[in-house]
Amino acid sequence: MSFDHAHLLGIEPLAPHDITTILDLADQYADLGRSSAKHGTALAGLTQINMFFENSTRTQASFELAGKRLGADVMSMAMQASSIKKGETLIDTAMTLNAMHPDLLVVRHPHSGAVDLLAQKVNCAVLNAGDGRHEHPTQALLDALTIRRAKGRLHRLSIAICGDIAHSRVARSNIILLGKMENRIRLIGPPTLMPAGIAEFGVEVFDDMKKGLEGVDVVMMLRLQRERMDGGFIPSEREYYHRYGLDAEKLAHAAPDAIVMHPGPMNRGVEIDGELADDLRRSVIQQQVEMGVAVRMAAMDLLARGLRARRNTKAVMA
Amino acid sequence: MTRTLITNAILIDPEAGTETRGSLLIEEGRIAAILPGGEAPETTARIIDAGGAHLAPGIVDIGVKVCEPGERHKESFRSAGLAAAAGGVTTMATRPDTLPAIDSPEVLEFSRRRANEAAPVNVLPMAALTKGRAGREMTEIGFLMDAGAVAFTDCDHVVQDTKVFARALTYARGLGALVIAHPQDPCLSAWAAATSGKFASLHGLPAVSPMAERMGLDRDIALLEMTGARYHADQITTARALPALERAKRNGLDITAGTSIHHLTLNELDLAGYRTFFKVKPPLRSEEDRQAIIAALRDGLIDTISSMHTPQDEESKRLPFEEAASGAVALETLLPAALRLYHSGSLDLPTLFRALSLNPARRLGLQSGRLAVGAPADLVLFDAHKPFVLDRANLRSKSKNTPFDGARMQGRVLATYVAGSAVYEAE
Repeated sequence: MSFDHAHLLGIEPLAPHDITTILDLADQYADLGRSSAKHGTALAGLTQINMFFENSTRTQASFELAGKRLGADVMSMAMQASSIKKGETLIDTAMTLNAMHPDLLVVRHPHSGAVDLLAQKVNCAVLNAGDGRHEHPTQALLDALTIRRAKGRLHRLSIAICGDIAHSRVARSNIILLGKMENRIRLIGPPTLMPAGIAEFGVEVFDDMKKGLEGVDVVMMLRLQRERMDGGFIPSEREYYHRYGLDAEKLAHAAPDAIVMHPGPMNRGVEIDGELADDLRRSVIQQQVEMGVAVRMAAMDLLARGLRARRNTKAVMA
Repeated sequence: MTRTLITNAILIDPEAGTETRGSLLIEEGRIAAILPGGEAPETTARIIDAGGAHLAPGIVDIGVKVCEPGERHKESFRSAGLAAAAGGVTTMATRPDTLPAIDSPEVLEFSRRRANEAAPVNVLPMAALTKGRAGREMTEIGFLMDAGAVAFTDCDHVVQDTKVFARALTYARGLGALVIAHPQDPCLSAWAAATSGKFASLHGLPAVSPMAERMGLDRDIALLEMTGARYHADQITTARALPALERAKRNGLDITAGTSIHHLTLNELDLAGYRTFFKVKPPLRSEEDRQAIIAALRDGLIDTISSMHTPQDEESKRLPFEEAASGAVALETLLPAALRLYHSGSLDLPTLFRALSLNPARRLGLQSGRLAVGAPADLVLFDAHKPFVLDRANLRSKSKNTPFDGARMQGRVLATYVAGSAVYEAE
């Protein structure tokens, strides 16, 4: 098992075998999570700092739990409440934290590329927990693991991603990951919520949801941000639900055993019917949350191994 | 009487479109004679042997930002002037987007005085078209012209109110003033950090369609038809804007257009890795756009090349891409970057200097920009082939925000002359 990356900044830099390596290890951690003991020691003695420059409940909790289950000392900081208000720049904040010698830095930031910038300035492993509209790699990995466990494979599947593609880092990371693993990707949404240049992404684009869902194996719904609902990108919430909200009738166009996914938090009655979201025969939304912890344990474990190996080499060289 | 003879040079004459071996005699700060051939005449003048290097009219750079008044820590007239001299720029037409904006004769007077004290090259100030560059009331265009303003521009602020802009254009026409505008639809381009397309989408950057430039230009051209003003578009950077420009010129409107050195030599893919030193305004374009702009320059549709020199300190660049300030310093890299177009076979040297020196001088009504008897001896002597690797630490600008840090470049200035005096000589 080899994983030759210093950071996890996105799916883009990963090769298919890197993705498989993470998912294989995450599979083991998913089993561990279901056992009574739940604890490993892979991160024992290491310090993990979660820096969230943007609100998050689930992702932050998931990273925190993943670190604690593997024995790391975990600290979470809500950055929007602290130093930014005092005018400190991102790099100053990073340098300050760096001086505390963390081993793993988990960062979420509202601007694309901010986590890359930060990773250049610190000497620990950085995990991107979402940067602007750019990437959210652990979300794509947990989605991939959920699909692989539900479908038995992660290739040659037909997968629909529906909703606000333009503003979604989840969609970007998923498009890249599922493309690398050789799946057929369909994007469904109103043209105002499709990114420019989408024709060059190697995907099929539909604005008719029923046509887009025809025969697909996986339906991934995206959250529609509140601030997009007020007539700027779509005319109204109810028209959006009518055309792009997932309900039983639209889902009937997908393959009979198609699974339904959502990265959460859901807007019931906006992008997804509440009953359908709770339907355990179709919805794997709860599994996604469970796999989230497992994937983050695996990613941090692999990065920590690399970190230790590099530090040992340095010590030998010295 | 001071006389200098530069011998054994390749003389680049952008008016005639020629490159010829010869000598050039300078007397009293002006070009006194041009002597073709390899043999230097008997003379009492001081002789400079160019050793086969190129001699061209000095660069006239429209749109240089010197951060006085307001942000002298980013760039002063002294540092910008030294950078210009080292870059072969003999005339800087400076931008009024300072703090405060240069929008009154008093501020302009301050700026001119500072420039004359500190800069070794010619500095011609431009003034704002509207007060505070706010797009509401026109400035005192007449007084500002009397005080020496060579053109009127709100820089990257688009005058959104067409009534205000139309009146300012009409008033400027009455005085024969040149108006320089930034053709851009300001609503479409609000918050944009990149050009829309696959690259920006994959990197999650807020982006603007190249159509915004054409819309801005279309609007301005309509207002020119209405007012008959003298107009220069600061930067045309997209293929889609070119047919409109071509039509406007064909219809006899008094319109010229420039482009920036960065849009000629870089494209959007250079933004990979979120490198903020490549963040400029308008954002870098696709390779197809870059090629179209080079072709338009060759055909003479685009008239001028500018450095769009914009100093920014480290604090305003060391930020996430969306938050980082726009702009790049370029006075010293303008010529070597432009020579990339020569070395790649895209443009010959007379064409390059037509856009760097002749056309901008003409547009500003200057006698310089030419290798002609009687013209001011504003000259640049350069070795077009000398290779070097740019180290931003060596730039003379106070700000070091160049996209060419670590780049391999070819072509170095050997000497720069303003009115016959050397203001820069390479060691």
